[in-house]
Amino acid sequence: MNASAMHSWHRWRSAIAWPLVAIVMLLLVNAAFDWTRTGTFAGAFQRGGFLSIVMIDGRPTGAIMDTLSRGATVALLAIGMALVIAGRGIDLSIGTVMAITGVTAAAVVDRGAPGWLAIPAALAAALVCGAWNGFLVTIGRLQPFVATLILMVAGRGIAQALADGQILTFRDPVIEFLSGGRVPWLPVPVPLLVAMLAALVTFIATRRTAAGLLLEAVGSNPGAARLAGIRERLLVFVTYVASALCAGLAGLIECARVRSADPSRLGLSLELAGIFAVVAGGASLAGGRFVLGGAIAGAYLLQTMTTTMYARDVSSDVAPLPIACVILAVCLLGSPRFRSDLRAIVKRGKQ
Amino acid sequence: MTSDSTHSSGARHLPTMIALTILAALLTFGSIRFDHFASVGTFAGLFHEYSFVGIAALGTTLVILSGGIDLSVGAVVACTSVIIASLVERHGVHPLPASAIAVALGAGFGAAMGGLIERYRLPAFLVTLAGMFVARSFAFWIEPHSISVHHPAYAWASMSAVLRVGELTIPLRTMIFLGAAALTMVIAHATPFGRYVYAIGGNETGARRMSLPVGATRIGTYALAGGCSALAGAVFTLYKQAGDPASAVGLELEVIAAAVIGGILLSGGVGTIAGTIIGVLILGTIRLLIDFQGTFNAAWTSIATGVLLLLFVGLQEIIVRFERLRARAARAASGRG
Repeated sequence: MNASAMHSWHRWRSAIAWPLVAIVMLLLVNAAFDWTRTGTFAGAFQRGGFLSIVMIDGRPTGAIMDTLSRGATVALLAIGMALVIAGRGIDLSIGTVMAITGVTAAAVVDRGAPGWLAIPAALAAALVCGAWNGFLVTIGRLQPFVATLILMVAGRGIAQALADGQILTFRDPVIEFLSGGRVPWLPVPVPLLVAMLAALVTFIATRRTAAGLLLEAVGSNPGAARLAGIRERLLVFVTYVASALCAGLAGLIECARVRSADPSRLGLSLELAGIFAVVAGGASLAGGRFVLGGAIAGAYLLQTMTTTMYARDVSSDVAPLPIACVILAVCLLGSPRFRSDLRAIVKRGKQ
Repeated sequence: MTSDSTHSSGARHLPTMIALTILAALLTFGSIRFDHFASVGTFAGLFHEYSFVGIAALGTTLVILSGGIDLSVGAVVACTSVIIASLVERHGVHPLPASAIAVALGAGFGAAMGGLIERYRLPAFLVTLAGMFVARSFAFWIEPHSISVHHPAYAWASMSAVLRVGELTIPLRTMIFLGAAALTMVIAHATPFGRYVYAIGGNETGARRMSLPVGATRIGTYALAGGCSALAGAVFTLYKQAGDPASAVGLELEVIAAAVIGGILLSGGVGTIAGTIIGVLILGTIRLLIDFQGTFNAAWTSIATGVLLLLFVGLQEIIVRFERLRARAARAASGRG
């Protein structure tokens, strides 16, 4: 192993370690709750316990499997957001892109077309959204958050107009396969497979070529990268397209899960989830760092928090409260000044 | 961008002028197209309907002028309305002190977000996005569902507390909006604080080197924005006679759009409070036209808002680039001479 590979391995390990430690701690907290509820430690692993995996209809079910399956949505968003943030951008439109994709798929199926046609059509819609964001940022030279804010605002309206202001329901075996499908000999939820596939493609595209390194160069210093002959605009453009495609896949999975597409609620406020996963996974919002494994670990940390909240009967409307606090805490820990403030407080406490 | 602020004020006011023209065009179009559109009542109605949007937009304008952004507006409005409704209905507090408490809480919340942004150098959109989640979930935590307010003071406020000017009746909420607008204009354009806000938004490094109180000013703008959002929430409660945790979703985008359409530069330092009010009226007119038309659904409001946002952001970009080019040309000319 040469020096640079060694270096990236260390960086990768430290980025992925913290979210994983946090996930394990959350699982232990849930196990402790089950312990007090049932009276025995084994209670956590029995039916109804948080850590249990029970075979129903030949497929594994339970809170863990649920987390793995549902976390795929956030993981997909995190993969795209990690790319965008690495290039010093931000994509606030991912929730809206989810809605546009879901509604497109539902509308195509609604008009009698089969699912294998609806999925490419929906992803094409996502592609157009991503290209639009990329165009505004690279050619239009708008600040990324302003550029993507425009689609975030107008996109909801576009989704509502596509759906004629209604919630579109559909039955289609191909789309439904994306959430509840079963792969022979593989007891893994399909959403997880999709996310892993997207991660694999991204990994090969960034780390088996120079693209990841070049993107980090653009993120750390766009001017220097341009002077070094990197095609900065093209790279940044591609990150926005990739982010929209990931959001599109996430949107398809989400609407497949409920067999309907609600233009005004699908993907609502998932932007923060994507940003959180990336930041928790060791990247900096200032750009220049791309840690794919960290972002996915961050996504699963967020999903474990959400599942924990639901297991404790916290309503889905209130659940964002503690999550937002954790997000702020993670971002604060990334701030050097906050760490020095903390050290000062600890020192004062010791005296 | 910094050296040329004196001789280019004409170009800087161009977006506001265009906004005013668009407002006039929209109103003219409405008057020609629809029968009962052209009346003082319709125009006054714009102020009544959009009073809480306008109040919230005033605070957002100050934040954007200082180079920041506040995404928590809608959530704070919802949270305030729930807090007031809950205090009045469940704890028997009179609406007036309840509103005062809520506005103070909103200002405190804004100051806390401003403090995090200022002290720990966190991105404003991230902190206020988290603030949006905190405020919205807190609202749901207090009251999971909408509760209506039956206090007699609210009935009195909507029936009797009106100002009659000729044929016009001006309800309390419009008076609060106009008062808040006047106050914000004074703060922004006639106090040292207002000048600091412009200075920080225009050139933060420069402002620091002139030893302006950057930190206190930034925290102050976020506190004012939080206070404005909370006041908007109080007015919203008065208007709807209810507190609803699910209300005002996406209001932050509407007020940012209003500010940008009214000529506030999103990178800070340029724009006027009057511009924002024009922006709010444009959005209100679009909504009104869509309502009059009747065949469009609400989706077109957000599409139209997005298109206008794009148009004006593009316009600002062109003006900024044009000024930079001109400044460079001027520098080159003076270098030669």
